Amino acid sequence: MNALAPETGLLPGFSDPVAQSQKVFRVVLEAMSRPGTIVAAHTVASAPRPLDPVAAALILALVDYETPLWLDPAAAQPAVIDYLRFHCGCPLVERPDQAAFALITDPKSMPPLSSFYLGSDEYPDRSTTVIVQVPHLDGGEGWSLKGPGIRDQAILSAGHLPAAFKAWVQDNHLLFPRGIDLLFAAPTHVAGLPRSTQLEG
Amino acid sequence: MSTGYNFAYLDEQTKRMLRRALLKAVAIPGYQVPFGSREMPLPYGWGTGGIQVTAAVIGADDILKVIDQGADDTTNAVSIRRFFARTAGVATTEKTREATVIQTRHRIPETPLSEGQIMVYQVPIPEPLRWLEPRETETRKMHALADYGAMHVKLYEDIARYGHIATTYDYPVLVNDRYLMRPSPIPKFDNPKMDNSPALQLFGAGREKRIYAVPPYTSVKSLDFEDHPFEIQRWDQACALCGATESFLDEVVTDDAGGRMYVCSDSDYCGERRDEVEQ
Repeated sequence: MNALAPETGLLPGFSDPVAQSQKVFRVVLEAMSRPGTIVAAHTVASAPRPLDPVAAALILALVDYETPLWLDPAAAQPAVIDYLRFHCGCPLVERPDQAAFALITDPKSMPPLSSFYLGSDEYPDRSTTVIVQVPHLDGGEGWSLKGPGIRDQAILSAGHLPAAFKAWVQDNHLLFPRGIDLLFAAPTHVAGLPRSTQLEG
Repeated sequence: MSTGYNFAYLDEQTKRMLRRALLKAVAIPGYQVPFGSREMPLPYGWGTGGIQVTAAVIGADDILKVIDQGADDTTNAVSIRRFFARTAGVATTEKTREATVIQTRHRIPETPLSEGQIMVYQVPIPEPLRWLEPRETETRKMHALADYGAMHVKLYEDIARYGHIATTYDYPVLVNDRYLMRPSPIPKFDNPKMDNSPALQLFGAGREKRIYAVPPYTSVKSLDFEDHPFEIQRWDQACALCGATESFLDEVVTDDAGGRMYVCSDSDYCGERRDEVEQ
């Protein structure tokens, strides 16, 4: 794999796939089971632009041929597509509502959360998991969170999101048990916002 | 550590599938996520669901504890602990406080769990409504509509027949005020420990191919009625070995003349208390 890289321009994935995907999964499990907690990320050495290494690690650890992936227009670059096809072997889909996972690299122009697959009442687990790559997890407007996984209250301040994002998340929670689950990938940290979390105010 | 196997026995694609199911289970507390259960090197009913969940979660830095009916030294616990020591090379322990991952068959340790710990339950039948409604299509619809009247009727029939709710283990709970869940065949004595637990609780049913979860600090309410509130078991004896009065006691027959003693079901808790007395 590494020997091929200079010739094709393809970047390597995990150097130790078994141990690293387990570490990334535990980061995500911690983030999802304690919404709003900022968890130190486990990452890959490099990723094709505009993909950040943290978001790339999440995809390498969770996505494979069973999970259709939707890329936002900013991420749908040939280098990214080649990288994901080679390392994950995942089908790339045209529409967000066909995807098991979605990757957003330009949150400001992302589609509303309701345009992803929301699951059905009988099978709410089939909804899309949306990975949003954000520049930082502080400095945004602080949302106070309540719900499973949160002892009293948690604060999440993801930045660089569309103005309507908070309303989207609130509407998404109202659909419970249907709804999408969000993972925020910042340059060094990860945070989760599952559908079960309620935004106050 | 055995060679010739992937880390923790399962292949990577299987682990990814399990991990995705676990994340959805955490996002929808109490909902049973279908997953592609694999054939394991031990029969269904011996904890294949719990083992698959543990294999998907565990890493080289984890410290694993396995209990079977509270004890660390029973067949199922010993063989599962050795399975992961051999296939993943992880450290194992019998101490509840030291463990990061605790796989359990039918008990929750008496020692309070802490943040960062993961409980993995082995589940025989995940569907709480299964004995009331055998059709999967119907129980799925009942969960979708949160239509749990049938379970209340079952508990009411207990009261009508015996004067009290006679269900003593696998006592149905409502998770996050939404999904009815089987807590696996733990005694109802352990149900209150699930409520607002600081630990993450994961459930795996291998034969029935379902995974579900209760995130930390999530409400887990045992079903009851206003005039028949939920109650846990009580004993008039104390543990014959450590004198504990607050733990779940097993009755042990000691001879054929009616002799019996009561001892803690949690062997680590009992041993720790006896060590304290000796010092």
